[in-house]
Amino acid sequence: MKQSEFLKTVMPFKDKVFRLAKRLLVSTEEAEDATQELYFKLWRNKSKLKDYKSIEAFAMTMTKNYCFDRLKSKQASNLSLVHSNYQEKDTPLQRRMELNDSVSLVHKLIENLPEQQKLVIQLRDVEEYEFDEIAELLNLQPTAVRVTLSRARKTIREQLTKQHNYGVS
Amino acid sequence: MELANIEKLLEKYLNAETTIAEEKKLKAYFSSDFVAPHLVEYQAMFGYFSTSKNERFTKTIQLKSQKRNWKWLSVAASLVLLVSVYTGYQKNQQKEAEKVYAETKQALDLLSTNLNKGTVAIAQLQHFEDTKNKIFKQP
Repeated sequence: MKQSEFLKTVMPFKDKVFRLAKRLLVSTEEAEDATQELYFKLWRNKSKLKDYKSIEAFAMTMTKNYCFDRLKSKQASNLSLVHSNYQEKDTPLQRRMELNDSVSLVHKLIENLPEQQKLVIQLRDVEEYEFDEIAELLNLQPTAVRVTLSRARKTIREQLTKQHNYGVS
Repeated sequence: MELANIEKLLEKYLNAETTIAEEKKLKAYFSSDFVAPHLVEYQAMFGYFSTSKNERFTKTIQLKSQKRNWKWLSVAASLVLLVSVYTGYQKNQQKEAEKVYAETKQALDLLSTNLNKGTVAIAQLQHFEDTKNKIFKQP
């Protein structure tokens, strides 16, 4: 596979890869590094790419696995910055201002979801993949994808409603 | 779209039973300015999904890694090492040869001085012979 041909097949989904990496790794820099690394890996394995039905699905699965590895090694290095470490320093006013910013609130709510739910929300509600594709990507049954997604959506909605009522009262 | 329909869709949405097309309808509805007040919390949710999708990877992707440079560096380093070992070996050989040459020369010098001593003695002997011939007047 020539470089130009390779770029034509893999470039259309580079933003999707980046967004998925960012969803899992949170920081933009790390997501950029992950994207770079992933494309380098794809380039190295370019001869095997045509064996895959969908290169995009393959790339997304690779991204997911790579990010999970990164997260695992970060946890292992036990220098992780836990939210509770600095949450207390926020003044109540600051916190309320942040929460009023509803978009960043949704971002935080998703950040607090379990990894699998985060993935499903990202793939379905942001990237708009079909259930079958997500099931294949995550190596799950389609019904399991639906259950996970439903759980994630309900959690976000509940939290939002709670926050909304709190803001009103 | 009428409100009842939206509410039904939302119910399905929470149970993850909506299709992509139906979810697009919901996204369109909540991005409009006419959202029913009791559904306002969904606006943040769908608004967030729509804005998230606009995030782009802005850096350029490099397909050549920096690792290759290291590989070439090691090749170069091993070449330099090889050359230096070779020339060092050559130099050493030359020095060894010079040393052997000097030693041989010294030995030859010693031999020649000793030989010269021999010729002086023979010259004296010749003198003795001449004198003896004078005295005895040999034919």
